[in-house]
Amino acid sequence: MKAHDTNVRYIYVAVGILVFAAIMLVVIPSFQMKTIQPEPGVRPYSNLEAWGRDIYAREGCFYCHSQQPRDPSLAPDGKRSWGRASTPGDYVYDFPHLLGTMRTGPDLLNIGVRQPSDDWHLVHLYQPRAVVPWSIMPAYGYLFEWRATVSAGIKPLTLPPAYAPPSGYIVPRPEALALVAYLKSLKRHEIPRDWNKGEESP
Amino acid sequence: MIEGTVGLYLAFTFLASVAGLLMLIWSISTGQLGMGPDAPSTIFAAHEKGQAEDPSARAQSMEKLQSFLDDRSREDGTPHTDHDEVELRLAIDASVRRPVIYLACSAIVWLILGSVAGLWTSLKFHYPDWNAFTDFLTFGRLRPFHLNAVIYGWVSQAGMGVALWLSARILKVPLRAVGSCIWGTHLWNLALFWGLSAILLGRSEGIEWLELPWEVDAVLAISGGMIGIPILRAVKERRVHHLYVSIWYIGAAFVWFPLLFLVANVPMIYSGVQHAIVNWWFAHNVLGLWITPLGLGAAYYFIPKVLGKPIHSYQLSLLGFWGLALFYSQVGMHHLIGGPVPTWLITLSIVTSVMMIAPVLAAAINHHMTMVGHFRALRFSPTLAFVVTGAMLYTLVSVQGSFQSIRTFNTITHFTHATVAHAHLGVYGFASFILFGSLYFILPRLAAWEWPFPRLIPLHYWLALSGIMVYFVGLSIGGVLQGLAMLNEKLPFQESVAVTLPYLWARSVGGGLMTLAHIVFGVHVCFLLARAGAMRQAPAYRYIPKLGGRSSEGA
Repeated sequence: MKAHDTNVRYIYVAVGILVFAAIMLVVIPSFQMKTIQPEPGVRPYSNLEAWGRDIYAREGCFYCHSQQPRDPSLAPDGKRSWGRASTPGDYVYDFPHLLGTMRTGPDLLNIGVRQPSDDWHLVHLYQPRAVVPWSIMPAYGYLFEWRATVSAGIKPLTLPPAYAPPSGYIVPRPEALALVAYLKSLKRHEIPRDWNKGEESP
Repeated sequence: MIEGTVGLYLAFTFLASVAGLLMLIWSISTGQLGMGPDAPSTIFAAHEKGQAEDPSARAQSMEKLQSFLDDRSREDGTPHTDHDEVELRLAIDASVRRPVIYLACSAIVWLILGSVAGLWTSLKFHYPDWNAFTDFLTFGRLRPFHLNAVIYGWVSQAGMGVALWLSARILKVPLRAVGSCIWGTHLWNLALFWGLSAILLGRSEGIEWLELPWEVDAVLAISGGMIGIPILRAVKERRVHHLYVSIWYIGAAFVWFPLLFLVANVPMIYSGVQHAIVNWWFAHNVLGLWITPLGLGAAYYFIPKVLGKPIHSYQLSLLGFWGLALFYSQVGMHHLIGGPVPTWLITLSIVTSVMMIAPVLAAAINHHMTMVGHFRALRFSPTLAFVVTGAMLYTLVSVQGSFQSIRTFNTITHFTHATVAHAHLGVYGFASFILFGSLYFILPRLAAWEWPFPRLIPLHYWLALSGIMVYFVGLSIGGVLQGLAMLNEKLPFQESVAVTLPYLWARSVGGGLMTLAHIVFGVHVCFLLARAGAMRQAPAYRYIPKLGGRSSEGA
């Protein structure tokens, strides 16, 4: 079949096209991004925050929460107090990236500005509906544990009666504390507090 | 800094793509590709045109199908059986029996596991407190379990099994050294089991479509190569003059995917926005350069083969192939429209997404024009029913994809369930339907036994079709309403959640129907392989309708 072998060579062209696409969509953008400087106030994560970030990634929080507010010309993200439109400089310390492409829940790039309270975050993780009645977020009970008594220095969750255990206390595991530390570190843009208008925005 | 180079990059890519297409048209018109007018008939034996073939159809359906085709076109003379070809096809079926049945069975097991996980994930939207204290059953772990089980377990393995059979049959050479496929499949299953367990145990990499840990990625790439090696050998030893278009798609898929997988998994060099760019370039290319070519390759074989009629326009099919290669490889950034990504890059992906209309129309014209005048045949041939439905949904999902990438529409559907609905229409409505149809054709030949309960096939078909339709329509409406609510600054965010709630039930109901369909399919395959039921007409691969004194034996 030698006479017809020419058409097997299509595979080289097919590979060439993919290489071309990889250069356009992977290599060139990589070079372009090399010069990106962190936005003012964006700093490396602390060890605790970095651990929390890993937990955020492995538990798949990004399947429902984006971290990329859009420009006001596209969507009213800013008016929801999600912050200004993000830039590549907001993510220089991020691996894996957690931009997310879904908003079953709200954008979280500035959740640390909107919700600076540890207690709120811990209760919300344990039982989202205890603080946000309309929420459909899964409850992350496994990041917490039940204790009959608590020693000094450990702060149990303050839960509404409907969600509190019949006896004993619910205390956060270290994973929950790390995750909350990461969430509170998400402050890419200081937002005036009165944008929040008291609506219980998580 | 970023905007200054926009025009330059865009103009460069665009000119390169157009130059590529012009070169292609030139080579087709000057016969550079060595394809004569007989090229599309490569898949038929001598005098086979006009002969219907569908091992999944019942005897009476086959007679109806054949007499229906006989009424249609007679330009090729009366078909008759080429006995050498029959022997060759039997030898080919024997050569791929073990690896293809193994791949198909593993695929179906993962399909059922993956569907149950998907359904469970969907139900968690209604019952968010389920499994709150069980870490491995949390939403964020079950969801990637579902995705990776159906993509790497079901679609990839079924697609590779179908590709093995198709390659041997189209190249007219029994596959050799299939031991490499068997070991490749062992490794693939082992790696996937390891990877999915790792996801459930909290070792996900946390990157959508790339959740499997790095060691699993490496093994998958190696075992995929092992499964593909006999195809390369078959191409070398082929006994046909022309490489039929299905082989173009299959061959390219087997080369593209490892490359993609490699580039996307290079550790430690990506971060931040750049990582997101690589992520979505890869994720969309899994669909575009792996799943789609495997699906289209099968459609390009089974539609003409069942009807005994060459594809409508062969030149167009090659144009479709190169269009897909050129444009699909660059569409990924439409997942990040509105995000912190260089504008030129987004624009490039939007332009190529819209340009995808060209190869999609090429495939659509070919599939649907081959069917024109033969739609009644869908009633008699289960293979055709599944494959043609898949081909139609391919046209639908691709045109939808092109529009959904345009900023005006994307602003609404971005960040919503509509994207999820779209993805399922592609992977399920298009690819899985074509794979179901292909397996209905192939498995009886490999098992040398007819499908024991023919009524289960339409049951599977209607459960699957109603499932994906309820899913797609419901979730798309929910997604658009969600997007509109999110864009309306007067509505609190809460509204964009509340408005989707009834539509999320469509996902659970549709998912339930599809899961049922898969259980029906899986049970039927078990009975087929166990050779249950009475032997009817004759083993399927020898069945030929007795019409007009024609030979009663064939393949």
